[in-house]
Amino acid sequence: MTTDTVSAPLEILVVDDNEDDVLLLRESLRDMPAVTLLHACDGDDAIAFLRREGSYATAPRPGLVLLDINMPRKNGFEVLAAMKKDPELRAIPVIMLTTSNRDADVVTAYSYGACSFVTKPVNFDRLKLIATHFVDYWTTVVRIPRARD
Amino acid sequence: MADEYKPQQIEILLVDDNDDDVVLITESFRDSKFLNLVHVVNDGAEALAYLRHEGQYKSAVTPGLILLDINMPKMNGFEVLAAMKADPQLRTIPVVMLTTSTRDVDVARSYDSGACSFVSKPVDLEKLKEVVKQFALYWTLVSVVPPTRRIDTA
Repeated sequence: MTTDTVSAPLEILVVDDNEDDVLLLRESLRDMPAVTLLHACDGDDAIAFLRREGSYATAPRPGLVLLDINMPRKNGFEVLAAMKKDPELRAIPVIMLTTSNRDADVVTAYSYGACSFVTKPVNFDRLKLIATHFVDYWTTVVRIPRARD
Repeated sequence: MADEYKPQQIEILLVDDNDDDVVLITESFRDSKFLNLVHVVNDGAEALAYLRHEGQYKSAVTPGLILLDINMPKMNGFEVLAAMKADPQLRTIPVVMLTTSTRDVDVARSYDSGACSFVSKPVDLEKLKEVVKQFALYWTLVSVVPPTRRIDTA
């Protein structure tokens, strides 16, 4: 049964090397108290966060991962592949969030096990609209795996 | 950047053996005012025949998204999901589990097996309509699905 009005709290790990994009995303989610945004600045950082290595020893297990594709060190597809190979991480839904709208990237993302592919909108009003529908979908329509701590 | 203001129209394959649920879900899609085309098959074996264009499904259109029930005769939803993920032709099609189950083990197993979402069917019709509306909004406005090729029947 879905809960109708009350959204479950949701922690989202955003993996993106573009600080401006992260700031805009944070701003677009400001009116949604159910959502907490966590941030990793590249692919290696994301894997360390998810595996709770080093300074991330007490990092929470996110409910969702929002993953950029083009990043230094380890790109989004490499992070996705590493997550899907890891029994501890493979059930966490990964949504690609990228400036790409290339068919080849969409196909690669789903074939690697991404749950969804979202193209970053260029204007902020559009981003806010997308963010609202995004949060509605993942908090009221869909059930995600319970974090195993 | 894609044409961001134009919702994409996607074809959905609904796999569900419960006729009442099928009627309610397809009606809810109609009411959602999104022009999604919903095709229906009634069990898992039929779903795979549809997706592989076998027999009567020779000219079936490959769907952009699949709504998959779990408990079905002949072949259940998890078996269909596993078969799809093992098939290079079918593995990129996003699969959303749509089920009466609310069990944590079913949720975890679905994502672990490659489902892209897990939706519990609401029993209340108004809630079902709201869920379908939000669902349609998400998959037409927010998320892109892989391009589908209309399979040549020649």
